[in-house]
Amino acid sequence: MSSLWSELERVLGEVQKPARYIGCEDGMTVPDHHPEAVAWLLLYPDTYEVGLPNQGLQILYEILNERPGAVAERSYAPWTDMAEVLRREGLPLFSVDTHRPAGEFDILAFNLAAELVYTNVLECLDLAGVPIRTAERGLDHPLVLVGGHCSYNPEPMADFVDAAVLGDGEEVVGEITDVVAAWKAIGSGSRADLLRALSGVTGVYVPSLYRAGFDSGLLTGVTPIGDAPPVVEKRTVADLADWPYPKRQLVPLTEVVHDRLNVEVFRGCTRGCRFCQAGMITRPVRERPAEQVRTMVAEGLRRTGYDEVSLTSLSTADFSGIQEVVAAAVADDSCGQVSVSLPSLRVDAFTVGIAAEIQRARRTGLTFAPEAGTWRMRQVINKLITEEDLYAAVESAYSQGWRRVKLYFLTGLPTETDEDTLAILKMARNCIEVGRRHLRSPSVTVSVGGFVPKPFTPFQWFGQNTEVELRRKVGLLRDELKRDPKGYRGVQLKWHDARASVVEGLMSRGDRRLGRVIEDVWRAGGVFQEWSEHFDVRLWEAALERHGLSFEDLVYRHRTEQEVLPWDHLSAGLHKDFLWQDWRDALDELGLEDCRWIPCYDCGACTGYGIEHVVASAVPPAGGSQGTGQDLDSADNVPVTLTRRTDPDRSAEMVGA
Amino acid sequence: MRLRIRYSKKGKVRFISHRDVARIWERALRRVGVSVAYSQGFSPRPKLSFGLALSTGHESEAEFLDLELSDEDGDWTAVRGEDLAARLRAALPVGLDVVAIAPVEKGDSLQQAVTSCTWAIEVDDVDREYMDAWVAGVLSREEIVVERERKGKPVVEDLRPHVLVLDVTGTTETGIRLSADLGTQPRALRPAELLAAVDPPLTARSVCRMNQWMSQGDDREEPLMAPTVPAPSARVPA
Repeated sequence: MSSLWSELERVLGEVQKPARYIGCEDGMTVPDHHPEAVAWLLLYPDTYEVGLPNQGLQILYEILNERPGAVAERSYAPWTDMAEVLRREGLPLFSVDTHRPAGEFDILAFNLAAELVYTNVLECLDLAGVPIRTAERGLDHPLVLVGGHCSYNPEPMADFVDAAVLGDGEEVVGEITDVVAAWKAIGSGSRADLLRALSGVTGVYVPSLYRAGFDSGLLTGVTPIGDAPPVVEKRTVADLADWPYPKRQLVPLTEVVHDRLNVEVFRGCTRGCRFCQAGMITRPVRERPAEQVRTMVAEGLRRTGYDEVSLTSLSTADFSGIQEVVAAAVADDSCGQVSVSLPSLRVDAFTVGIAAEIQRARRTGLTFAPEAGTWRMRQVINKLITEEDLYAAVESAYSQGWRRVKLYFLTGLPTETDEDTLAILKMARNCIEVGRRHLRSPSVTVSVGGFVPKPFTPFQWFGQNTEVELRRKVGLLRDELKRDPKGYRGVQLKWHDARASVVEGLMSRGDRRLGRVIEDVWRAGGVFQEWSEHFDVRLWEAALERHGLSFEDLVYRHRTEQEVLPWDHLSAGLHKDFLWQDWRDALDELGLEDCRWIPCYDCGACTGYGIEHVVASAVPPAGGSQGTGQDLDSADNVPVTLTRRTDPDRSAEMVGA
Repeated sequence: MRLRIRYSKKGKVRFISHRDVARIWERALRRVGVSVAYSQGFSPRPKLSFGLALSTGHESEAEFLDLELSDEDGDWTAVRGEDLAARLRAALPVGLDVVAIAPVEKGDSLQQAVTSCTWAIEVDDVDREYMDAWVAGVLSREEIVVERERKGKPVVEDLRPHVLVLDVTGTTETGIRLSADLGTQPRALRPAELLAAVDPPLTARSVCRMNQWMSQGDDREEPLMAPTVPAPSARVPA
């Protein structure tokens, strides 16, 4: 293997932000490549600034480099100016660690965190000199893997990926390394042999070993051709305490998103929000021991020199003993004034105590995600926080010195009425009123995204709102603000491009027929589609039409109970009848409690894999309604009917009823 | 107490922007536990001040940073300086190297005090004769007028007074090496601007800032001298 650095340094002066391509981060590994070692190139198919902080990629980077038979480097999608320079100069995609050509690695492993990056995967493969289609790759080409949340429905990418890996990567990357090493050692095996061997690893799905059948435009099934497993199960690490990674978080030399120390405090979430794919596919809840969190924070701050730490999870305020952990981090002044950020704050667990702790150093904006404007709507999506929860959280924030609160909402949810949509602004106005008790001009930013149904959620059957409908709903909100600018003083509205939401929906629940669409869009220059300056819906519309496909059929159509879904041969552990029942409950506006503190209702994620929640506290954190919709302080006035389904047979009957 | 640090920027890290270098210094200082004073206010920032910006992609032997220490009573000793330099080198990325550290009196900011810089410039695919003629051409000009945009408005500027010294100093494997002293007040003339402003325009293959100068009458001196033993050069992994 050879370094391309001397060629690259001649051209880096021509491109924007050349620091994207130099590596040199603190925490970087210069691996010892040797013929026996399996060389992984971990790719994030978006810019360096977006991809570098990705914790999943960094965890695997360390684990692989610690392993004797493996080496790992990293690469990110080159921005369009760099891609142009590389093609002009005849240079391939390269690793940022030692600037080796991507094509010289044994494995190219892409992190698929979002659907709109799919065309970037093709761009990276092409720049690497690797045929984009699996069928055209030979013995000299690297194995192309994908992982990350989008790989739970890899069907749209089936023509391009050799294998998709489902679930936590910590253990399975070692098993894949062993299979590839054994295949390399034999030396005479075919590529088909390697793919067959990989399909024997639990969690690894090899699309080329399955055939997708269609009947009059409807999928009839994705079935194994040979002896590949009929259903591929996800991987789950049982105890996060065994994996205190990253131990040496990469510290970039140029500014990136989430530019701070990140410590994962737990994985998985059982709040049961029905729109949330992450909360469904990462079950059960596995908390990191508080002591380990404290150590990782203290050592991380000292090693990196960061003055901000983010305690990451899907709902950080739910972490047992969150207040103590935050207090310890803020009190650690070895690196100056440390500030703590808590992403994914649930308003029902955000207390004055937490507000007071995290603001000690620096007050940035605070973000809450009520997701919907009315209690009815929140029962449908099972985000059971009351308005009182929100106002109490906002009051905590404003009273502790914050001036700006950001609220996230979804629109285009199942059963949503215009009343539900408009209630978003009522909520925002009430928050401003709460804020005025503490400061003169409080500000609330309302951010509205179009809901995209995702696989392995109760909403996977729901026909996504059309682009026109999503636009109309945003229009309702804009008109309402214009109608009464005085009344809404302090409220700012931001919204997501409805066209991008429907393209995301296309790939979220699409099947193998989309491969040709993705390829066409890429060939027409449609890269960086998650960037508004590059997103072009016309490329997608044209490609769909060329291949006889439509948004109506693939995105807007409600799926039926009997219909085969493109991911039915993959498993996130969740029983399909559990999800269907939860979908019916949603339509009946029935909430479902968080199972980490109550008996199991057998969604399948624990029982199927013989694992269970790892939670330090047997009771929910104090304060607010704690996702029950009930005021736990006074324990009266229960505003919601909660279903308790300990008996799955009984719920099956309810479907028929 | 105010400390001045002289550092070099070479190798791969030359592609890091001035602003990013500032952030790297903030983190490095926190890592080695230097108690930098913080500004007051809503969003406290460490009191660091950098000298003239260096264009992204250029190397330097002479970058400067002033920082305000929060502990006023600490005695400054050479040993303390050496120890701090060693710890900072360990905390900085390969290619950013501490050359010297010393306390300085409070006075003009680096940006105000520096009046010129010496640059080493390499130009490819030209021979000695050609470059001698080019340099003579520049020096013989009475004025080098350029039009550029400043805050959206066209501004006419004469670059010639900023060209204090211009010399061909040697050959490289692929071209010629120049040395130039370029003025920095009221605005620093960048080497690439000069190369592009004179017909025929040239492009540098590499540029390295060798010195920054503060004029003191006829004498000039650097904000902080480099020790006679050169700093360890950048080790750049392949």
